[in-house]
Amino acid sequence: MIIIGERINGMFTDVKDAIASKNKQPVQELAKKQTEAGATYLDVNVGTAAADQEGTIQWLVETIQETCSTPLCLDSQKPSVIAAGLKVVNAENGLLLNSTPLNKKSDEEVFDKYMEMADQAGPKANIITLTMDKNGVPQDVDTRVAIAAEIVQKAMEKGFDTQRLFIDPIALPVKVPNAQVQVGNILNAMDQIKYLADPAPHMTIGLSNVSQGTSERSLINRIFLAMAMSHGLDSAIADALDEKLMNVVATSDMLMNKQIYSDSFLKVYTAANKA
Amino acid sequence: MPVPEVKESFAGSVNRVTLGATKDSGGTRTSTVTVGGARNVVYGGSIEEAGEKPIIAMDVLDSRPDDWPDALAENYQDVMDSPADWAKKCIEQFGADLICVKFDGIHPDKQDLDAAHAVNVTKEVLKAVGVPLILWSSGNDEKDNQVMPKVSEAAKGENVLIGTVKEDNYKALTAIALADGHHLITHAPLDINIAKQINILVSDMGFPLEKVVTFQATGALGYGIEYAYSIQERQRLAALGGDKMMAMPAICDVGYESWRAKESKLADAPGWGDVKDRGPMWEATTAICLLQAGVDIIRMRHPRAVATVKNFINQIWQ
Repeated sequence: MIIIGERINGMFTDVKDAIASKNKQPVQELAKKQTEAGATYLDVNVGTAAADQEGTIQWLVETIQETCSTPLCLDSQKPSVIAAGLKVVNAENGLLLNSTPLNKKSDEEVFDKYMEMADQAGPKANIITLTMDKNGVPQDVDTRVAIAAEIVQKAMEKGFDTQRLFIDPIALPVKVPNAQVQVGNILNAMDQIKYLADPAPHMTIGLSNVSQGTSERSLINRIFLAMAMSHGLDSAIADALDEKLMNVVATSDMLMNKQIYSDSFLKVYTAANKA
Repeated sequence: MPVPEVKESFAGSVNRVTLGATKDSGGTRTSTVTVGGARNVVYGGSIEEAGEKPIIAMDVLDSRPDDWPDALAENYQDVMDSPADWAKKCIEQFGADLICVKFDGIHPDKQDLDAAHAVNVTKEVLKAVGVPLILWSSGNDEKDNQVMPKVSEAAKGENVLIGTVKEDNYKALTAIALADGHHLITHAPLDINIAKQINILVSDMGFPLEKVVTFQATGALGYGIEYAYSIQERQRLAALGGDKMMAMPAICDVGYESWRAKESKLADAPGWGDVKDRGPMWEATTAICLLQAGVDIIRMRHPRAVATVKNFINQIWQ
């Protein structure tokens, strides 16, 4: 299971404050802690913490790279911010560009741009692609799968290895009126997306979205993660510092025979998965 | 729509392990050996992914064995009372890549020899041959805990491969092997879950995983080889899948197990062919089978079996 640690995000107060005061220590601490907890990638998102998004993502990337070599996940809806991050990021150990829809009303070619940026960054640079297009986030199973199929096809046409795609069927907060049905839709969509290429493209999800605004966030995240993993999810943007959540990851991996059982299987999970 | 390429590739690999320390690295070995490094299954992928050639360690017993069948013992009658000469013969005449000193004689049910004897044998063999050594305990936990730490000390600086440590008896030898700078053999009873657990346990003691070689226990042809085969295969696949707790090179004990088989030693068996041929064939077949599952070091005994298996290795890993 590939966990993308979500904590370095300007939406969190501690990160926002660190950005405002250019204080490296809290950011570096989060980078180290998430890595130790088993994060494969570290998400880097400026959020609303600064007006100068390009400059800030560069500062975050450089700050993190001073302390650890964990691959990064550059997170922005603006290609210009990702491009700024790419100028300073080290993609040798891996990289994720997070994220692009299939297309946008304002930019039909946005996915192509992300593939080009990934190619320029090197063979280990991957892309998170949302099952979303110019009409917005689909509410049903079929449209999600259809968009995912178009994403895979487009990648193949461009000669972009489908193993470098992390398809995100988009988790919606379960608390939003009428959104509860989306959880089942996402799982059903995953069952089909995994057959779009062989080997299957990666699938990822913004896990914490599903529990947004609820009273039992960690529990909902954990259960949903276990359910989604059994439907083929092999990656998630999640809180790597939530130990109970990471135990669910280790246990699910073990139950699905992806890790050989040992009496210390929980303890060893993070060590065994470190790159 | 173009058909996607379905070439099998793996994220992980088997650790590369170098045994033996030459003068430059503080030892007295005249050569070292390196095993592991495979990035695919045996026969899978390109030759670059095959890793290092598997190697053969020939067994030298610390004291004269009284239960070896004639077809085996006749090769060693002149050297059985001297482990040093025995080791020399294996290297100079039979082409062994390294020597495994097996301390059968210290076992309480056998000759119950003491630590001074084991230390002496270790020193003599180190003096007699320049190849790296494997030092293998008797299998009696209590006696091994008394003797093997002294054996480890006697070989300090030589970077030997010492073992074995088991889930319920690992602390003493792991600690001393760490202090003396040796590689360590972790031992599980044909049980992949325990194999992983013992690796975790030694790692928790601070023993570096990249200095571990695993022994899953061995079954000979007709005596459980299918269990050994499938466990070796599963270990290799776990290593290739990126499981650091299973990414060690593997050793197997083909010599001892093959010569326990009645097919190897029963002289009076009409229709089975000459007993002189059966044992070496049994041993070679067992070894070649396990090589294909993904083992890196094979302990062997009969020179003809060794020659056959060396020939096989040289043809496949070239």
